[in-house]
Amino acid sequence: MNLILKPAETYRGDYSVRNSDAAILRFPFPFPEDSYMYSVNIEPHVPGGPSVAYDAAFDLDEHYIGECADRAITLADDPMRCIVMPHLIDAEWDTLELLMESLAKDYPEQFVLTKDGAVWHWVNHPLGIDQKFTFGDATTLPYPPFEFITRQVQGDFTLQDQRDNNLFVEGGMVTAQADWSLNFDAGMSFMEWHAPVPLAHQSGVFERALAYLLRLQYGKPVRRLNWTLTANPRLDTSPENYPIWGPEKAAITPENVGERLCLRVELQTLTRLPRSNAILFGIRGYLIRLEELTRVKKWSRRMHRLIRDLHPDIATYKGMSGYRQTIIDYLGSFDDGAPTSSGTASEQTSL
Amino acid sequence: MKLKITGVVPLSPTIREFLLADAEGAPLPTAGAGAHIMLRIPGPERMWKNAYSLVSSPEDHHEYKIIVRRVEHSRGGSAWLHDHAAIGDMLEAETPQNLFPIPLLAYKHLLLSAGIGITPMLAYLQVLRKPFELHHCGKLEDAGAFAGLLPTAPNVFMHTNRNALDLEYLLAHQTLGTHLSVCGPASFMDVVLQTAQNLGWPGAKVHKESFGGATGGTPFIAHLRRSNITISVGADESLLEAIETAGLTPPSLCRGGACGVCETALLDGVPDHRDHYLSDTQRACNSAIMPCVSRAKTPELVLDI
Repeated sequence: MNLILKPAETYRGDYSVRNSDAAILRFPFPFPEDSYMYSVNIEPHVPGGPSVAYDAAFDLDEHYIGECADRAITLADDPMRCIVMPHLIDAEWDTLELLMESLAKDYPEQFVLTKDGAVWHWVNHPLGIDQKFTFGDATTLPYPPFEFITRQVQGDFTLQDQRDNNLFVEGGMVTAQADWSLNFDAGMSFMEWHAPVPLAHQSGVFERALAYLLRLQYGKPVRRLNWTLTANPRLDTSPENYPIWGPEKAAITPENVGERLCLRVELQTLTRLPRSNAILFGIRGYLIRLEELTRVKKWSRRMHRLIRDLHPDIATYKGMSGYRQTIIDYLGSFDDGAPTSSGTASEQTSL
Repeated sequence: MKLKITGVVPLSPTIREFLLADAEGAPLPTAGAGAHIMLRIPGPERMWKNAYSLVSSPEDHHEYKIIVRRVEHSRGGSAWLHDHAAIGDMLEAETPQNLFPIPLLAYKHLLLSAGIGITPMLAYLQVLRKPFELHHCGKLEDAGAFAGLLPTAPNVFMHTNRNALDLEYLLAHQTLGTHLSVCGPASFMDVVLQTAQNLGWPGAKVHKESFGGATGGTPFIAHLRRSNITISVGADESLLEAIETAGLTPPSLCRGGACGVCETALLDGVPDHRDHYLSDTQRACNSAIMPCVSRAKTPELVLDI
């Protein structure tokens, strides 16, 4: 897969990160219609779709180096962003195997994995990592296996143990979250960690999603999209650091909303792991400034109508109460009222 | 995926070990302890789909190993493997799935198996990270075959007679945090599970592999309402197999009544529930059936399919 990497940009402070035209056109826009409501929007995670972001098992893009650097900063400040409970040690190796094999297969110019029995050799060219280790022997790696590999992949990851007809989130690498805390949620069951979500419980969405995931098959991963809004392209919008990013939300004005406010989309993947029978949940986040998004005509119109008509409970849950009208006013200037086609494709080949 | 038989080892007159490699020599997908593989086995009139526990190590990506008993009055699969399968033969297979994973929170594993139910335990023994105690019950004529597969250790016990195992004592004298995993014929698992329940074992600490199970029965008629097809289900085929023979491809996974994937709405008729999936309440409602194992108590069933 063709992967051109930018030098590291910043996701804090001066927020230097920008999307190239190519990155805008490959953005996994999540809305197939002009309105939004919760649903069990899970589909097989097979290559292909309206964006090339769906082509790899674990999608990397031009922001790879900068996102890995930002993760390292967050971990240095707060090591509890990476937690794996001891009974999930096999799931750590499962994750390492899956991610290394997937990256080496999808991005052979950047990543090379060679195996000689249990002795593995991992080369990550973009980050300058060259590591020989013994699979199954954690003492041969500089970090525990799950942390070692998830420091080198864009997106957050959690590990769910399956038992008693339930899933329990008992591991994860979470440094780019939309206002939730792994350290707080660790050990919770499926219904417990989803408890804050409005409306969806009443419609039975979570019962059906759990029943489906309990039967998730090895070799048949699935995916879904989720979204929210974030002030500035900040990866670490954690509850722990609300004092940093909360004021940035409050500083959104009609003058700066296009530049600062970002649509944040999560390409979520769920994969059954073989040794542990745990589920690896990948939360691959994409940030796009509204002024970047509005360069795509169809997305501008749709985004305006969707935010305008959004159920107030969902708007509150996604944290946009303070500036919802500001967004609607801004996006409204890009909506000429023309009809939009169904589906998420940009329907543009250039900007 | 396509597998090639790379080894056949007779362990006894009725038990054989088979080694299976990728047809093209590619590395095999990792399969955890407790996983099974579904093989499509050629029969004289149609394909059989049989699930076998893998006994190879999860770290062996070169060959999967299965151990197959020739079932008396075999419906086809095990008879073909014993009488016809040879090195070099190709078999279609599904990616391994695991419906009997190791309980990760156990402080100790109590493993109980009977007969060919030893197979998932052989995979367990290679990877367990916590103390374990294994009791295996088998017929005297099989003792030699199984003894060669099990390590000689103070926590591994062979019983050539089920009565030689004092289940009640064993289950009443386990340390806190012990998880029980049981695999074998239904009659064996029923006794073990009932004994555990009587002694107050919490359900969350008792795990069973469904094994054997799906045998035939009285033929019956099934009307597939949405497809507008009527099929007859023969004495030695399952309802699911009859549906597939009619050209439909309903979702299925374990084909042993455990995973729930093939659950189908029932519109009329009384099923003979043989699955391990539906709750007692769901069974009593007679509004759903697991066609991979369950049959009919009435001459006809009407399915919403």
